[in-house]
Amino acid sequence: MECLATFDTTHMALLFEKACRGAGLSARIIPVPRELSASCGLACSYPCESEEAVIRICHEKRVETSGFHHI
Amino acid sequence: MPARSHYLNNAATTWPKPECVAKAMAAFLEGRGANLARGSASRRDLGTLDMVTTCRMKIAALFGGPDADPRNVTFTANVTEALNIVLKGFLKPGMRAATSSMEHNAVMRPLRRLEGEGVSLAVMPCTREGTLEPDTLARELKKGLDLVVLSHASNVCGTVQDLDRLAPLCAAAGVFLVLDTAQTGGVLPIDATGWNLAACCFTGHKGLLGPQGTGGILWRDDFASVCRPLIEGGTGSFSHEEVQPSVLPDKFEAGTPNLPGLAGLLASLDWLGETGIDTIRKREDELGRKLLFGLRDIPGITLYGIGTMENRLPVFALNFDGVDNGRAALELADRWGIETRPGLHCAPVAHRTLGSFPQGALRISPGFFNTEEEIELCLEAVSTLSRENPHS
Repeated sequence: MECLATFDTTHMALLFEKACRGAGLSARIIPVPRELSASCGLACSYPCESEEAVIRICHEKRVETSGFHHI
Repeated sequence: MPARSHYLNNAATTWPKPECVAKAMAAFLEGRGANLARGSASRRDLGTLDMVTTCRMKIAALFGGPDADPRNVTFTANVTEALNIVLKGFLKPGMRAATSSMEHNAVMRPLRRLEGEGVSLAVMPCTREGTLEPDTLARELKKGLDLVVLSHASNVCGTVQDLDRLAPLCAAAGVFLVLDTAQTGGVLPIDATGWNLAACCFTGHKGLLGPQGTGGILWRDDFASVCRPLIEGGTGSFSHEEVQPSVLPDKFEAGTPNLPGLAGLLASLDWLGETGIDTIRKREDELGRKLLFGLRDIPGITLYGIGTMENRLPVFALNFDGVDNGRAALELADRWGIETRPGLHCAPVAHRTLGSFPQGALRISPGFFNTEEEIELCLEAVSTLSRENPHS
């Protein structure tokens, strides 16, 4: 299973990746999979086991996502 | 021809630029070069995204402070395009707009076009020095307005409008206020958040010391949501939809942006951050004071605008008694290598207000990189031209 966050803007995709990496979590921006196509065109992977931490980081850093997906 | 030239036309565009600007543009074109949000998320692609995102962050902080959302910064080719997007995107027949009698044609021409299409337009008279009095704005607001658009400072004579007094009047009346910061961005503090600006329009190639072909808008959310984009097209986002995205910044950024320009702008913003706009302002004020006080003592010339350095930028408009200002500009260039700008400066209404229409004026505008010696040379040259003039 892969965990991906999607965004309305590429701006937020970049902030998400920086926020995760800043917290020591692996994250990588990728082209959004076609099944999740309704977004800015970029998604960002994050460690599934750290999803709670990722959501908390997004809240703290005011990073807005359009969804968290498990595919 | 003089061996050296002395660039005193910084109100048209600043020159020289910090060295890092051209280097950053060349580095982008030669070494990186990826498009924005139109790739495979490679390192090259993400490098461009990082560059543009950082540029948005710096612009948002510069014009709107720490609370401004960088997504609300949209880039354009220049401030003229920014003003066209805002004015034509919002004003519709039956609405009422007001502006000042000191505007550049970047404001006035879109407004006159809209007036011809049924928008009601009030041009608020300014003083002979180019100042818009708060009472004048208050009177117009009482009549009912949908939008006010103002230049922060005159490109003709440097007069700065007192936004600390004007902006609260618009806010209290619930009227959108749009600011043209073409002459003040990077030079004066601008508080788009505190002034509650609906849109803060900027250019990259003047006080921000970036390249031509860059500019943009810092939007307030509620205003952006009611403005229609001037152009629509690919954004690299929401590609499954055939209608323009409604989210910022994509709503107003169709098509590939000027990425080499933004690379240069980011470099100049870094340079501005390291140097400090207070330092730039202080230096330009020193040069301006020396020039103004010298000009005031030269007989046979008429100076326009504010006669002191209070509430003004170092942009000076003058005429020689009996000498055409175009001829004077040519003499300054040919004999002393001094580069200025004569004529109407794309601002006929401002020249009417100042009493210099239709002949226009000679505009002298020093910048951060000028020297005291260049100001002294300019004063000597103006004095010589005035002395030589048989009509003075």
